[in-house]
Amino acid sequence: MWIFPSDLRKQGFLGMNRRNVAYISRYNTRSRYPLVDDKLKTKLQAEKFHLATPQLRGVVRYQYEISSFQRTVEHLDGFAIKPSKGAGGKGILVITGRNSDLYGKSSGSSMSIHDIKRHLSNILAGLYSLAGSPDVAIIEDLIRPVEMFEKLSYAGVPDIRVIVFNGYPVMAMLRLSTRASDGKANLHKGAVGVGLDIASGQSLHAVQYSRRVTRHPDTGLPLDTIAVPDWKNLLLLASRSFELTRLGYIGADLVVDAHRGPMLLELNARPGLSIQVANGLGLLPRLRKIEQLDPDFSPSPEERVEFAMRTFG
Amino acid sequence: MKSKSGFYLIVLVLVITGLSLAWLRHTELQVPFQPGQKKAVWLIEARIDFEASGEPVRVSLNLPDKPPGYRQVSEQAASTGYGFAIIENSKGRRAEWTRRNAQGPQTLYYKVQMVEAAQSGSLSKSQKQPQPDEVFWDALQATAAHQLVEQAYAKSSTPTSLARELAKQLTVSEPDQNASLLLSQYTLPTLIMRLLNHAGIPARVSMGLELQDARRYQSLKPILEVYDTDRWVPVDPRTGDHGLPENMLLWQRAGKSLLDVTGGEDSEVNFSMLRQTMPAMDLARLQQDTNGISRFSLYSLPIEEQSVFKLLLLLPLGALIVTFMRIIVGVHTSGTFMPVLIALSFLQTQLVQGLSAFLLIVALGLVLRGYLSRLNLLMVARISTLIVLVIFLTSIISVIGNELGFNLGLTITFFPMIIIAWTIERMSILWEEEGSREVLIQGLGSLGVAILSYMCMRMDIVRHLTFNFPELHLVLLAAILLMGQYTGFKLTELKRFGVMRGHH
Repeated sequence: MWIFPSDLRKQGFLGMNRRNVAYISRYNTRSRYPLVDDKLKTKLQAEKFHLATPQLRGVVRYQYEISSFQRTVEHLDGFAIKPSKGAGGKGILVITGRNSDLYGKSSGSSMSIHDIKRHLSNILAGLYSLAGSPDVAIIEDLIRPVEMFEKLSYAGVPDIRVIVFNGYPVMAMLRLSTRASDGKANLHKGAVGVGLDIASGQSLHAVQYSRRVTRHPDTGLPLDTIAVPDWKNLLLLASRSFELTRLGYIGADLVVDAHRGPMLLELNARPGLSIQVANGLGLLPRLRKIEQLDPDFSPSPEERVEFAMRTFG
Repeated sequence: MKSKSGFYLIVLVLVITGLSLAWLRHTELQVPFQPGQKKAVWLIEARIDFEASGEPVRVSLNLPDKPPGYRQVSEQAASTGYGFAIIENSKGRRAEWTRRNAQGPQTLYYKVQMVEAAQSGSLSKSQKQPQPDEVFWDALQATAAHQLVEQAYAKSSTPTSLARELAKQLTVSEPDQNASLLLSQYTLPTLIMRLLNHAGIPARVSMGLELQDARRYQSLKPILEVYDTDRWVPVDPRTGDHGLPENMLLWQRAGKSLLDVTGGEDSEVNFSMLRQTMPAMDLARLQQDTNGISRFSLYSLPIEEQSVFKLLLLLPLGALIVTFMRIIVGVHTSGTFMPVLIALSFLQTQLVQGLSAFLLIVALGLVLRGYLSRLNLLMVARISTLIVLVIFLTSIISVIGNELGFNLGLTITFFPMIIIAWTIERMSILWEEEGSREVLIQGLGSLGVAILSYMCMRMDIVRHLTFNFPELHLVLLAAILLMGQYTGFKLTELKRFGVMRGHH
């Protein structure tokens, strides 16, 4: 089904070209990109700013360090291996359990230590990095999702994507992995996107493959009654990533850990546009509202979150 | 917004510069906009015969100097044993042959190629007002002339109409006494010239060559020229019509001598001519070193480099197509400019052979890459291995193809091997990570853009314009810049967000 451009414009939808020209290249300073493109740097910076992130367990920088990898994860039941400069969720390996020599993946299949080592060496060679440049692998704690999220998602942890514009959270969605998305939270791979009300964190609208759904395709649970716990703190965390990066237009990926509450997973300087479909709303009216604010006025993150909850709820 | 208007100014300047340079090249250098155009060229040969008397010889022939209605393409002289030079000065152009010692009959040739031109070398304004020559008559003639002029003067208003009236009076079937008297002593053109000068109007007799295909031993015909307001106007002495007769090449103007020979006698000059057709492109090329802006054309490069540039100059068009397909249409391709490089190699191989060979190599490469991924190689080593394998594959395919009678061998080597290796690598990773659907989408997207670029690059008119009017690339550049500022929706986004139809 096709839509007229005038219809899309009326609904305030942001297209990729306008996003790139009018938002990303205007509000995001190039020199600060490495801070978000490199997950290790984001993590270290977040620790400096006292933003909660999953605990870092180790970094594999060189090929020879791969052989001692086993020692790093010896006492961990579950862990995640991520390429530091990976894009679009590429190269992320989540190990949820161990059975003697076999490591169990979140999707249910398992792999040997050799497979993991090969994955590490691929990461170091830059297979998953943006421009194919050499990379490092980071190993961090597994996230233990809150119970209601655990049940909701097919495999993998649901995460919450918040678009933060000049420090104001403007739009949010919950991403639920499905069987079709192989435990990944990327919408184009078949994950379910649930648009969230900025005022309350309650679900508004849900889509899979750009089609409206009311129940999770694998777990069968209803998607219209979800309410994200600790919502205001979560928005605050997203909002503070503006101070962290000084980038005007970012997507903050957050999770809610059962023990530690909202945590910052990663930041994205080129956040996707599917969030609009998940919310059934265009981004432009909200972005314009923020652009109309007095540029000399620099409110605190708390004030920004309150403004957003009041205005976009 | 200030930066915005500056941007559009740059775009505008690029477009105007590109188009006007191209127009200049078209009008000044006669480079045709269409490929394969042909033009008529007159090959004219002047043959000079004389009897040398054993003394130093100097032969000087008047040459056409920017004749109206014609443009000179090339000239050459053939004459063994003679020194040859073309002397150009304010009085005109002359060919000069010299020899220290010559005996017996001599023959000299001068050849010139002339092409019909609509405007250039027109009846140009003369720089300064010429004065009528003084005319001497004997008493009887003077009376006759005076009466003739007076009759004609009354019936005319301008120098050309006066010439026409004079011509009428002198060419009636039964001319009156005055006319008969004068015609018995002067030829018609000379007489009208004298009469006009007598009336105080500058006039002269020039010599023209009537161009007719495959004529030999022609001589020049006198043409009357009358100075009217600010230019010399040719007038036909027989009919009084003004303007140059068709196919008339003014060889000699301003009453200079046609041929001077010192050190020889019985000299004569005659002309033969031939009408040829020549590709307009070759004509333009022949003229290239005579004009200023042709210095910036690519014809001055050696031929091999020219053919490299022929290919290179197609790249910007490919880049434009990729930009359009990605920004406006929103097609996914594997590797931004891979499709253009593939399209360039299709140009060398032909589409069907190129496409099938390409698909074969990529498919076999993907299979081999599947085995490679089990070997747990470092990435650089893996891609190097792929490059080696791709080269093996191409040579095997060439050999087999050759055995089967398909002449793929030569053409297949035009494929950019390293690009293919990278394509295989990317496709393979895409397959593992995103599944075969995404591989299919990107693969088809890339091939679609490649085929589209190939179709555009293959068109004769495109190849002609990109190479012969390199300045048109400025227009392409402007279009690319404009697209870089496009903030509207991509075509594919209209489908992607199609679910929002009727939603509020």
